Amino acid sequence: MEQGKIIVSSDRFQLTLLRLCHQILEHHIHPEELCIIGIQERGVFLAERIKTSLAHMLGVQSFYYGMLDITFYRDDFRRRDTPIKASSTQIDFLVENKNVILVDDVLYTGRTVHAAMAALQDFGRPQKIEMLCMVDRRFNRHFPIKADYFGIAVDAVDEAYVRVEWEQKDGEDKVLLFSGKND
Amino acid sequence: MYLSQLSTKHLLGIKYITKEDIELIFKTATEFKEVINRPIKKVPSLRDVTVANVFFENSTRTRISFELAERRLSADVVNFAASSSSVSKGETLLDTVNNILAMKVDMVVMRHPAPGAHHFLAKHIDANIINAGDGTHEHPTQALLDAYSIREKLGEIEGKNIVIVGDILHSRVALSNIFCLKKLGANVKVCGPSTLIPRHINSLGVEVEYDIKKALEWCDVANVLRIQLERQDIKYIPSLREYAIYYGINKHLLDSINKDIVIMHPGPINRGVEITSDVADSKQSIILDQVENGVAIRMAVLYLLAGKRG
Repeated sequence: MEQGKIIVSSDRFQLTLLRLCHQILEHHIHPEELCIIGIQERGVFLAERIKTSLAHMLGVQSFYYGMLDITFYRDDFRRRDTPIKASSTQIDFLVENKNVILVDDVLYTGRTVHAAMAALQDFGRPQKIEMLCMVDRRFNRHFPIKADYFGIAVDAVDEAYVRVEWEQKDGEDKVLLFSGKND
Repeated sequence: MYLSQLSTKHLLGIKYITKEDIELIFKTATEFKEVINRPIKKVPSLRDVTVANVFFENSTRTRISFELAERRLSADVVNFAASSSSVSKGETLLDTVNNILAMKVDMVVMRHPAPGAHHFLAKHIDANIINAGDGTHEHPTQALLDAYSIREKLGEIEGKNIVIVGDILHSRVALSNIFCLKKLGANVKVCGPSTLIPRHINSLGVEVEYDIKKALEWCDVANVLRIQLERQDIKYIPSLREYAIYYGINKHLLDSINKDIVIMHPGPINRGVEITSDVADSKQSIILDQVENGVAIRMAVLYLLAGKRG
């Protein structure tokens, strides 16, 4: 099994997280209208970290936080060989007139974000939706979708695979680049 | 570890699916339960799927529950009731269903009076088939929603004592429940007059108890079945009044046992016969939870079967 090349190490990872939080605050002067929504499953790890850091910076958690599962909104249902397992959605508020930041670990084809935007409509009409990701694979898009905040841009070939690992899940924060998908 | 897809293309009965299949259906149903409690209770998963609800027997809640589940998954729905169809003009089951499938239907939800009708159909047609009740054989989605409701109430099913009370002989709900609960590790007893208990029921791994009070003292959950008047071609019980006296569950009987048991009923209820109103409407009853869970379970079954390839 390929080891993978570390493209963001643990030290830099923390700095990147902090930078992303500062960028959010820079663009959202009134955080009471802000919603941070993590996309299941691996986007939630990043969303949780952003939530914790933002709450620390603001003194209290004065913004909305939720988790969104997009399994039932995917455009490849009945087209994949193995279906995706559903995870839970926990959004106990309406996003009506709020400024939503969708959070995922990697922005790749844009199909997940496209499905997430469709899913979000079931919770009201947001004022604005932005996208935050740790890795932006900006040359592999299938939809006209872009990241408003990103940790690192990776310009890799289509066959390459980027994996974000999380301290709370994998033991250490880092971003790895593989020449092909392992499984 | 959960599977990511079902081991079967059809839901013909609980007997033909695995414990892992049941766990996957429960896990998916939990996510759909969150969906149906949102302000907008709909997801687009089945937007390119057409489902035919083919009912050769009367049904109100199962048909409505399936139809709601289908519509909440954004499927296109066609309803077909035998009384208003060409079945009454002599068309065979296979011809009827093939005609429906010629209109590009992907899934068939069927209720039929003949046990095994779904197996016959599954051999001859390509669509996914969901059994919504076949005679006195199986009613798998009812058993799944019953087991799901028990687990939701008690936390787990393994090791729990569950008694099924009433007309076991004619009940497809009883048979599917027995298969489902045994697969999930519950201890199951059946209780009712001896004329309404099938002779070889012990071979399914269940015990028979004829005394309702002893059965209730033993159990954590009592699933009370309806006396099926429409299937009583001969007199199995002397009168409904006598049945109510010996096997009806009332407040007085529940108060006489020293624990709170969970009361279930698949509906429709004959109030005052198998269960009295004060029990059916009590805090111990989870009858309306069963109805709500029915939609989530049916959404999960439809979704998982639609996603099953090959």
